[in-house]
Amino acid sequence: MKIVLKHWIWIIAAFVIVSGLSLVGCKKKSADPFPASNAVAGWEKTGETRVFAAKDLWQYIDGDTEQYISAGVVSTSTSDYKYQGQLEAVVDIYTMGNAAGATKVFETGRSKDAQNVQIGDAGMAYAQSVTFRKGPSLVRIVAYESTPGAQQALLALAHGVEAKL
Amino acid sequence: MQNRRDFLKEVATGALILSAQSKLGMAAKTDQHEDSGKSKVVVARDSGLHGADGQLDEKHVLALLDKAIASYTGRDNVVEAWKHLVPVGKVIGLKTNGLGGRGISTHAVLIMAIAERLQQAGVKPGEILVWDRNARDLEATGMKINTDPKSIRCYGSDVSGYEEQPVSYGSVKVNLSKILTRECAMVINLPILKDHMMAGVTFAMKNMYGVIKQPQECHSNNCNPAVADLNCIPVIREKVRFTIGDAMTSVYNGGPGYRPEFFWKPNALIVGEDRVALDHTAWQMLDRKRVEAGMGTYEAAGRAPKYIATAADASHNLGFDDPKRIHLMEV
Repeated sequence: MKIVLKHWIWIIAAFVIVSGLSLVGCKKKSADPFPASNAVAGWEKTGETRVFAAKDLWQYIDGDTEQYISAGVVSTSTSDYKYQGQLEAVVDIYTMGNAAGATKVFETGRSKDAQNVQIGDAGMAYAQSVTFRKGPSLVRIVAYESTPGAQQALLALAHGVEAKL
Repeated sequence: MQNRRDFLKEVATGALILSAQSKLGMAAKTDQHEDSGKSKVVVARDSGLHGADGQLDEKHVLALLDKAIASYTGRDNVVEAWKHLVPVGKVIGLKTNGLGGRGISTHAVLIMAIAERLQQAGVKPGEILVWDRNARDLEATGMKINTDPKSIRCYGSDVSGYEEQPVSYGSVKVNLSKILTRECAMVINLPILKDHMMAGVTFAMKNMYGVIKQPQECHSNNCNPAVADLNCIPVIREKVRFTIGDAMTSVYNGGPGYRPEFFWKPNALIVGEDRVALDHTAWQMLDRKRVEAGMGTYEAAGRAPKYIATAADASHNLGFDDPKRIHLMEV
């Protein structure tokens, strides 16, 4: 009887470990919201994801850090993309301490030319950029050129990011 | 033989720099204050700077550079003008600004146009050093990293390192890039005209944040008096004596990063020696654009670049911010 019980304890322990590992795996997946190449049609991820803790954010956007820090940024991730081998863009994801922080920065960055778009909790688009917030995340996608289809391509990429947040 | 301790002592006091500077043709030829008691600033424009594809046209950029230098020096022969601007046989640094990323950094086409004229004036390729904080910033300009001493070099302070001994002036205590302290005899400042969320405006003086190890510690109180204090450090004040400001493209709000919704093409170069007068001129240009775009001036937005007046005050004496003492030439 003792042997059978010991056997079951080992099975349960193994199950707990495997479940735990799979949960860690899930967390890792959700911690990397950058779509892989061609996960969004036409978009290739052309750069490594770089991550900056709040204290190191100046290394990425020195001089522009204060608005994010005052809104409670926890970390910032960024990666480069290219659409159909031509249109280059950068995706920045600011993870704030809470949704209020994301809202604060989102509203500060709005100008009169902004076009509201349905993405995440709120989104806005310009000819060459899309910004949206979802929970504590603030996402800004910026293209380096203005091309006729740029905004639609950026919106598609934005939806790809939003689905992974 | 000079040892490292002596070297650092001289750098800190500026003795080494003043000694080197006396050999610079520029110092003797075009002091920042003309005989009139005014500082000359040239704003050279070309509305055809961007081609039909929206990209900068190399020939137009070179021609605009020539127009700016000829106007500033009063010499029609631009190669002769350059000979009077820079020393031969010394390393000339070109301090770019790539902080804002690919969309809003000093343009490689301008950097290479300057390098071309420097070589025609007798500067060897290996004596030209294009530099900034790091490889990322330099690559944002469109340049490639190159440490080969036989060709135009391009690398950042991440390669050279920073002086271990900090230097202080007023509110700032910083470690300077060894590119500035040890490698360059003279630095031509190549900032790009931008809005700056904290400083208000970033141009000539603010670009010196890219020569120190800890720029993040110099942003309090809208970078005032840190920008002025930093520019008073002897090695910066004496080596960085000439600015060719890239105002071919700009962002007038939301900077210093690239914000395409506030992107603008002034199609200009802003040239001069008086860093305060240059920054005052840059501020006025950005203010005019902001008003034209329907947003308030920097003063109205509560983001006036107060460090410019600080730099002009008696304790800093870096140049003039009074329009009556600025000889603005628009060509």
